[in-house]
Amino acid sequence: MPGQQFTADLLSKVWLTIMPSVEMTSHLYRFFPQLKNREIIVPAGSVAEIIAAVNEMAPGFNDYVLDEQGSLRRHVMLCINNSVVIDKLKLSDRVHEDGKVYIFQALSGG
Amino acid sequence: MSDMIILGTRKGTVIFDRQGAGWLPRPIMHAGIPVCYASRDPRDGTLWASLDHGHWGPKLSRSRDDGGSWEDLSSVKYPKGARYVVKYLPTPDFDPDSPTGQPEYADASVYKIWNIAFGAADQPGRLYAGTIPGGLFVSDDDGDSWQLNRPLWNHESRGGDLFAGDATSENQWNGTPASVDYGVFEPGIHSIVVDPQDKNHIHVAVSTAGVLETSDGGQTWASRNRGMTMDYLPDPEAEWGHDPHFISSCPGQPEHLWQQNHCGVFYSDDAAQNWTKVSRPDAGVHFGFPIAVDDDDGRTAWVVPAQADSERMAIAGGLCVARTTDGGHNWQSFRDGLPQNNAYDIVLRHSLDVAGDTLCFGSTTGNAYLSQDRGETWRCLGNNLPPIYSVRFG
Repeated sequence: MPGQQFTADLLSKVWLTIMPSVEMTSHLYRFFPQLKNREIIVPAGSVAEIIAAVNEMAPGFNDYVLDEQGSLRRHVMLCINNSVVIDKLKLSDRVHEDGKVYIFQALSGG
Repeated sequence: MSDMIILGTRKGTVIFDRQGAGWLPRPIMHAGIPVCYASRDPRDGTLWASLDHGHWGPKLSRSRDDGGSWEDLSSVKYPKGARYVVKYLPTPDFDPDSPTGQPEYADASVYKIWNIAFGAADQPGRLYAGTIPGGLFVSDDDGDSWQLNRPLWNHESRGGDLFAGDATSENQWNGTPASVDYGVFEPGIHSIVVDPQDKNHIHVAVSTAGVLETSDGGQTWASRNRGMTMDYLPDPEAEWGHDPHFISSCPGQPEHLWQQNHCGVFYSDDAAQNWTKVSRPDAGVHFGFPIAVDDDDGRTAWVVPAQADSERMAIAGGLCVARTTDGGHNWQSFRDGLPQNNAYDIVLRHSLDVAGDTLCFGSTTGNAYLSQDRGETWRCLGNNLPPIYSVRFG
């Protein structure tokens, strides 16, 4: 029924608006241009699952922000909303549906 | 005769091409990214650069079209279970028993891909990569995948096979100051010398451990530090703990190996079975980082002397290159064309190379110099380059 389709579309849009989003430093667009100029929406879950979802969109992304042990690289900063992620080793921090993940680099000189 | 000079710099890869009697630089590649080593595979012309991303982890970058385009690879990775016994930077108040009194283990991650070497002509796709924290990686598919050389990683001098369990021997490899930038104090493999006459015969040099040799393609490794001396340890002739800054061999006479060490210049004419100290501090030849060996004559080598480990700069404000042609008995210094006033350059371990009669070196001050008469006279290639980490003819 038309009404049901309308409801499904609406629910879909509502659902998308309550999924976590990911924002990142523009430095990473140099290596992953497919992530530029788009809204990155991923299912809620642990930080590890969030990064895995971004890696699906941009294969190889995880090697830039994680080391081979799956830990956050030393000079990569990751925040959930306004809080720096706590578990940098296993990335178990939970990102809720209305959360926003920020990935950026630590400041450097030279 | 080489027609290409490849510089790895703090701000990217710079390639100079021979154009008639001159050398012209191309626009910088990998712009803004530190490149700690770059070279050209003589077998197929592939260009390689080791990207030392401060934030995003080390990558290899590969160009199969002479630098027209580059492909970044994240393929050098430690396998699951690769561990090492942690070392700590020895400070004046360092307590070797802290913090736990027991060996502390860490899972290995690549901090830096410090050196790239190529296999023999009949080993297409065979590459070697030396890393901090002290792993030697081998590829047989031109860098698409890499395997850790486990006999070296599991060497008894590092504590034994930590894949199997805890350490069964003492870890005698110490850290390199070059690792401190990554927040650790771990060893690094910066020199990989493949014998051009025997592809299974390889030497590696480790800062800070010493030189190791394999004669069976990497299945077994043995220390090759006899004759080496260390000024900074209670036992200067200890088997381990040496700080080779770089080793290089003569392609035409590969049993002739040279080493610029923290504690002097050393020479071997028996494939590193024995080393002889050939420093001449009175002639300014003692401390430094790079060393280059003639293509055909194993008794001829060049160094770029520096003042001392406590003053890592040109001696008395003047750059010079020293050459020996008799196995280090005598050294001759050449200054023609090099700055002799207010020059405080330091030339790092990979930043001197020779190809035939042509030599080139670059400094962390961003100066590059070229000689086409075996180091006797020099001319400037550039004074405004980024800090230079490696110089290789292609």
